[in-house]
Amino acid sequence: MDNLIQQLINGLTLGSIYGLIAIGYTMVFGIIGMVNFAHGDVFMMSAFIALITFLFLTKTMGLGYLPFVLVVVLIASMTLTSVWNWTIERLAYRPLRGSFRLAPLISAIGMSTFLSNFVQVAQGPRNKPIAPMFAEIVQFHFGEHTISMQYRQIVIMAVTVVLLVVFWYLVQRTNLGRAQRACEQDRKMAALIGVDVDRTISITFIIGAALAAVAGSMYVLQYGVVSFSDGFLPGVKAFTAAVLGGIGSLPGAVLGGLMIGLIETLWQMIPTPGVPEYKDVAAFSILAITLIFMPSGLLGRPEIEKV
Amino acid sequence: MAEDAKGAGDAFKDAVFAALVTLALCTPIIMFRTESDQNSGALELIFRPVTVLVFMALAFVGRLVVASAGARPARAKAAPSVGAPTGFRAFVGQVIGPLGLVFLLVYPALLVWWLGPSGSLKWIDSYGIQILIYVMLGWGLNIVVGLAGLLDLGYVAFYAVGAYAYTLLATTYGLSFWICLPIAGLLAALWGMILGFPVLRLRGDYLAIVTLAFGEIIRTVLINWSAFSGGSAGISSIPKITFFGLRFADADDGFDTYFGLDYSPIHGKLFLYYVILALALLTNFVTLRLRRLPIGRAWEALREDEIACRSLGINTTTTKLTAFALGAFFAGLAGSFFAVRQGFVSPESFTFNESATILAIVVLGGMGSQIGVALAAVALVGGFEILRELDWLKAIMANWFGVPDFDPTQYRGLLFGLAMVVMMVVRPRGFVSTRSPSIYLTRRTAVSGDLVKEGHG
Repeated sequence: MDNLIQQLINGLTLGSIYGLIAIGYTMVFGIIGMVNFAHGDVFMMSAFIALITFLFLTKTMGLGYLPFVLVVVLIASMTLTSVWNWTIERLAYRPLRGSFRLAPLISAIGMSTFLSNFVQVAQGPRNKPIAPMFAEIVQFHFGEHTISMQYRQIVIMAVTVVLLVVFWYLVQRTNLGRAQRACEQDRKMAALIGVDVDRTISITFIIGAALAAVAGSMYVLQYGVVSFSDGFLPGVKAFTAAVLGGIGSLPGAVLGGLMIGLIETLWQMIPTPGVPEYKDVAAFSILAITLIFMPSGLLGRPEIEKV
Repeated sequence: MAEDAKGAGDAFKDAVFAALVTLALCTPIIMFRTESDQNSGALELIFRPVTVLVFMALAFVGRLVVASAGARPARAKAAPSVGAPTGFRAFVGQVIGPLGLVFLLVYPALLVWWLGPSGSLKWIDSYGIQILIYVMLGWGLNIVVGLAGLLDLGYVAFYAVGAYAYTLLATTYGLSFWICLPIAGLLAALWGMILGFPVLRLRGDYLAIVTLAFGEIIRTVLINWSAFSGGSAGISSIPKITFFGLRFADADDGFDTYFGLDYSPIHGKLFLYYVILALALLTNFVTLRLRRLPIGRAWEALREDEIACRSLGINTTTTKLTAFALGAFFAGLAGSFFAVRQGFVSPESFTFNESATILAIVVLGGMGSQIGVALAAVALVGGFEILRELDWLKAIMANWFGVPDFDPTQYRGLLFGLAMVVMMVVRPRGFVSTRSPSIYLTRRTAVSGDLVKEGHG
């Protein structure tokens, strides 16, 4: 029982990372109808940026106060990753609007290959470990049950919740969010009533990247190790989360992320020998099954193709 | 961007902006390289400001060049052409196919004559055979992506099915390569149908993602189901290829003894070379023939407009499924050949990167063009191997750029990805962008790729 709750917490931690990445997929899909295949690698890039910024602050600058360092790392990673994604959209996706249908996806696959190889060349192929942070354990007592959480899991969940609230406010309550939702519904009509579509799409990519950067920083915090190939699996799983939640739906992305995180951690608890190794197969199967039988996901709208 | 009124000052401002963006992009990832400390293993940062400055200068100059090119009066864009290609291009188009074929046939003989049996071994093996495997895979995927317009990101799964089919049949039942080859192909085609059937009604990009998922599932199963596939360690000591039962070995019952030749490893390699050449040409031949049949025309029609196809009464599911299965069949053959050539298979060889490489070959070759795909395979696979051989390039990199052990293959994925993006932006129809129609009234005319509305279904 205690172990189960423990694993639920681990699953939620992992799930919030997936959810944050999934928002980037789902927003881009909602607004330009494209699977941004490179988003997983943008996440990996952000994790590297966070890692290097952290090393720079603690080693080169000699700062010791961790919460401050964490805030600076988060801001740096969000800003710089946004610049990356803005540039990617500008150079690799924007010229393709109006090209044939698979062109943006192929371009995104190329971009994904480029990014992971770029990081490999720039930073070397090895894993990059750092010493664990916030590893102190907090114990909660509920009657006879004791749940111990690492301090960093609390940090991750708190940061995720706060940023999701900020993001929610941005999309629901500001002009920017309204413009974005308008573009999502009908890009041509939005342009006619004076919404700058190109700018809105750019901002969508920037927001997606910023949230991926939060996920990347949290990933470094939680696991303490990154490698250039770390973009692929989390990327596909986050995309699975977006699809499961209903692609185009923001609450769906978060819900899907949490579900995938939970399924993955609970799957590893299955006692039958040999089964836990198939956790990736479970995630991929969910992806295939959802797309085949329930393409609009849990919270999505069904898609009607107009001729 | 071609704002005509843009002055030199604006271009300069743009270039400065580009340089600043580059600075932001490079800031942590290029500026600091993380290296593990020799003793403690902790990460150390190495400061690399010069590299960042080089990148910034490149971005600055590049933006200026682009801006000045945009400021010049734009050249009238050539209208999409319909008509028989004329002059030099027509000549090249007609000649390059047969010429390439003749070259491929005499390539090993030329090498042996020039470099001698042992000197040519490497050139036949890692250039000839290696490239031809990719040519064959490219042609196979071309059926799925180029002709039928289905983006298959899990193509390497069928390659794996073929490789493991031969490996397991040969090691468990002792069957020979020539019996296993068609079985491997058929098994891969069967898997293509099993996986294809549920997914083929999905729209293009969903289909791509599901095929990716299937590819990864097959690979993960191969890694974890050790009893079946040997796990991540793979299976080694796979039986080698035989010439009608004669082994290529230095033995009494070997090929060389039987024909009274002195033993040389080159004979086996030559045989492998011609086998893969024949397999690749088979793929090409079948594709070219099928394009003239109703099924081939249905593929291309499907690629152009699915809804129109459906309203004309084409059974889209069957049409897609045949393309999918046929592509998988050839991947199975190639996989089987891969296993017999390598003598060792492991899931490592069948990662998504491999799928992306094959896709890059097809995309760069101009989806649908056979010659284009072959040329792209030669350029992408052979080009980097050649670069690795160049000693003067190594010397330049070591002395001028401070890269001591320069290995160009390290940059392969980088350039593959970049090339795919640039290709989509600049020439989405590929290098060879004209289509020759498979049916015509009185004379064959080449149609510019700009006229076909690909994938708007």
